[in-house]
Amino acid sequence: MPHDVSNRAKSATPDGLNVAVLVSIGRHPLTARTRRADQDARAVEMALTLEGASVSLLHAGQHEREHEEALRGYLGMGIDSVNLIQQRPQADVVPALADALREGAPQLVLTGTRAETHEASGVLPYLLAEALGWPIITGLAAVEKVEQGMATVLQALPRGKRRRLRIRLPAIATVDTSAPAARQSAFGPAKRGALEPLDATSEVDEALAAWQVQPARKRPKRLKIVKSSSARDRFKAAAAKADGGGGQTLSDVTPEQGAEAIFKLLKEEGVLR
Amino acid sequence: MSDLIRRDPRREWIIRNRLHPQHQDMLAELGGGAQTSEWMGPHGVMRKNPHAVGFTGPNGIRRIDRSGAQQAAQAPGRSAETKDARQRITIDTPDFMVAVVPDMVGGRLSAHDRDLLGLARQLADADPSQPGAVLAVVFGEHKETAFDEAGIDRLLHVEGERFSGYLPELKVATLQGVEREIAPRYWLLPDSNLGGGELGRRLAARLGERPAAQVWQVETASDSPTGWRCTARGAAGRDDITRALPRVVLALAECADPVSETRHACDPVTLAQGLPDILGRIEDLGEVAVDPASVALAEAEFILSAGNGVKEWDSYHHAAEVLGATKGASRVAVDDGYMPRDRQVGATGTWVSARVYVAVGISGAIQHLQGIQSCDKVVAINLDEGCDMVKRADLAVIGDASAVLAALVKRVEQYRFEQQENRDAA
Ligand SMILES: Cc1cc2nc3c(=O)[nH]c(=O)nc-3n(C[C@H](O)[C@H](O)[C@H](O)COP(=O)(O)OP(=O)(O)OC[C@H]3O[C@@H](n4cnc5c(N)ncnc54)[C@H](O)[C@@H]3O)c2cc1C
Repeated sequence: MPHDVSNRAKSATPDGLNVAVLVSIGRHPLTARTRRADQDARAVEMALTLEGASVSLLHAGQHEREHEEALRGYLGMGIDSVNLIQQRPQADVVPALADALREGAPQLVLTGTRAETHEASGVLPYLLAEALGWPIITGLAAVEKVEQGMATVLQALPRGKRRRLRIRLPAIATVDTSAPAARQSAFGPAKRGALEPLDATSEVDEALAAWQVQPARKRPKRLKIVKSSSARDRFKAAAAKADGGGGQTLSDVTPEQGAEAIFKLLKEEGVLR
Repeated sequence: MSDLIRRDPRREWIIRNRLHPQHQDMLAELGGGAQTSEWMGPHGVMRKNPHAVGFTGPNGIRRIDRSGAQQAAQAPGRSAETKDARQRITIDTPDFMVAVVPDMVGGRLSAHDRDLLGLARQLADADPSQPGAVLAVVFGEHKETAFDEAGIDRLLHVEGERFSGYLPELKVATLQGVEREIAPRYWLLPDSNLGGGELGRRLAARLGERPAAQVWQVETASDSPTGWRCTARGAAGRDDITRALPRVVLALAECADPVSETRHACDPVTLAQGLPDILGRIEDLGEVAVDPASVALAEAEFILSAGNGVKEWDSYHHAAEVLGATKGASRVAVDDGYMPRDRQVGATGTWVSARVYVAVGISGAIQHLQGIQSCDKVVAINLDEGCDMVKRADLAVIGDASAVLAALVKRVEQYRFEQQENRDAA
C-alpha cells in the first residue's frame, strides 16, 4: 500500500512516552534575524504529533533577550516551558546536554540535523549518542509505533523515498527538512510560556579560539578543463555546443512502437516499480 | 607474439616503389586484411578506392602519405593504438595512508566521490619524499570498474550479505577496525545526504576526533600543526571557517579536482581481524512504497510532465498513476487551469532533478528547459519533430500524445500483469 508522506498520521504510542527535543537558536537566512531554527521546529512538531507523549524542550545556551525571543517561538507552538541549561558563550554544550538527558531519561530525543548558527557541523547528535551509548538515526520522517522499548519509524531518503526502521529505545533521531513543516508559533502561548533556567557547569570550547570565521566567500566555479595532448581535441571540446542532439528520435512509428521504446528506457533506468 | 619490430628493408623498398610488380601484394599484406586502395579490375583497368587511402593521424585528421612509408603505420602491431598515456603509479611502502569512504551511489563512484579521491591524492602526494597511499573502503556489492583511474592505491572491499541495507553501526565498527589496523592519517568522507555525511559524523564521534564538516577547500599552510588548512562552511552556509585540517574531513562536492592523469595500483587489502560482530540496535525493515503524488516536485525521481499538447487530461492523469510518476506541467498547462501551480516546471516554477523526465506535448521553451537542466534522461512525446524539446531529449517519440500515452499505459499494465503472474507462480 502506498504510504502518504504528507499525511500527519497520529501514531499509536503508549501513554507516557517521554520525548525530549533539543532546540537551538536559529537565524533567518535572508534577514539574519534570530528565530526558532527551522529543523528544530520540525522536530518539535514531530514530537507534538506523537499521541500521548510528554514533550520537554531543552536548550543549552545563554539567557539573553535576543535568544529568549527565538526560544519563545517554540513555546508558541503549544509548549508550556523550555528548560534552559545555562552555558557561557563559546561553551561546549555536549557534556551539559548529555548530563541533562541522562538525568531526564527520555525514551526518544529529537534534534535538528544541523544548527543555523556557529559551526553548524551537525556532529552534536552523534556526540550525544556516543556519550550516552544510545543508537541514533538520521532523517526521521514519522514515528509509526512504539512498543516494548522498540520504535518503528520511517526514515526519509533522498528523492522522497522512505525506509522503515526499528530502533531500540532510548534513541536519538535527527529531523531534516523532509519532516512535516512546523506549525505557526502563536503569540499568546509564546508570551505565557516559561523559560526555566537550570544551572550547569559549562566547559569552554578552546579550539574555537584558533579558528578564523569570516562571511562565506563565493565558491569558485569549476572550469571545464579538457586535458588532452592533442590541440584538435582541446579545440573541439572548447568549441562544442553544450547540447546538440545525441538523442534518438523516433518518427514515423506507431504509438505502440514508441511506447515500447519509452517502456524500455523506463525499465533500464529502474523507475518502474 | 613478440612485440619487437623487425624491419625488412627489401619489403619497405618494394612498398615505396609503386612500379614494383609486388607492390600491391606487399601493401595488402601490410594492411593486415584492411581494404586495399588499388587493385586490377576484371578488364585490366586499375581501380582505386579513395576511402581506403591514407591513415588517421595522431590528431584524428586523415593523412595521405604518397611515399607509402606511412602505410606501414596501419599494420597491426605497429599501429598507433590509442595507448593509455596515463602514468601508472604504484606505491609499495607508503609513509602514511589517507582513507576515503566513497558513497558509491548505485554501486559506482559518484562525481562527489571522485572529487574526494582527488583531494585524498593531494594530501597523499604533497611530499614526494614521504609518499602516502590512498585507501578506499567500499561496502557491499559494487559495479565500479575504474577504481584505479580514480586514484586509489589500496582498496578494502567489505563484502558479504550482511552489508546490504542500512547498517550504519556495522559500518562504523568496520571503520574502527580499519583505524586500529591501518591507522590512516586522514579520513575523508563525502558530506552528502547519501550516507557519507552520516557515516563520517558517526566515525568522528566514535574516534573522538573533531571533524571539519562542509569543507570546500584544503590548502597547505606552514603555520598549521598538520601542514594543511581547510575552509569549511558554517552557520548554514553563511560563514567560512578556516582552521587546521583535522583527521576526519567531511568535504563537499568540488572540493578538489578528480584524478585524471595517473592510474594507480588499486591493490586489494583485507583486515586481519575480520569483520566485527555487533548486535544491531537499528533494524532495517526495507524501503516503503511512497505515493508519487506526495513527493515534492524538486525531489522526484520520475516525472511525467504535461504541456499544451495534452488534450485528454483524464488519460494523462491515469497514465501518471499507472507509471507511478510524479506529475509536472508546463506554464501553459498551469495557466490554462489544468494543473495546479505547484506542479509548474521551469524558470518560474520548480527546478527539477529527476532521473527520468517525460515531457508530453511540451515544446521546450527556454524557460521550461532551464528547469530541467539537471535531469538525467529526458523523453519527449511530441507531434513536432523540430521543436526544442525533441532536440534536448535523449529519446523522442513523434506522435500524438494521447495515442502514445495510451499505448504506454497498456504496455506497462501488461508488464505489471506479467510480474504479478511470475510472483504468483514463484
Ligand atoms: C517570464 C516568463 C517565464 C516563464 N516561465 C516558465 C516556466 O517556468 N515554465 C514553463 O513551462 N514555461 C514558462 N514560460 C512560458 C514558456 O515561454 C512557454 O510559453 C511554455 O513553456 C510553453 O508551454 P508548452 O510547451 O506546454 O506549450 P506550447 O509551446 O504550445 O507547446 C505545445 C507542444 O505540444 C505539441 N503538441 C500539440 N498537440 C499535440 C498532440 N496531440 N500530441 C503531441 N504533441 C502535441 C506541439 O507540437 C508543441 O510542441 C515563461 C514565459 C515567460 C515569458
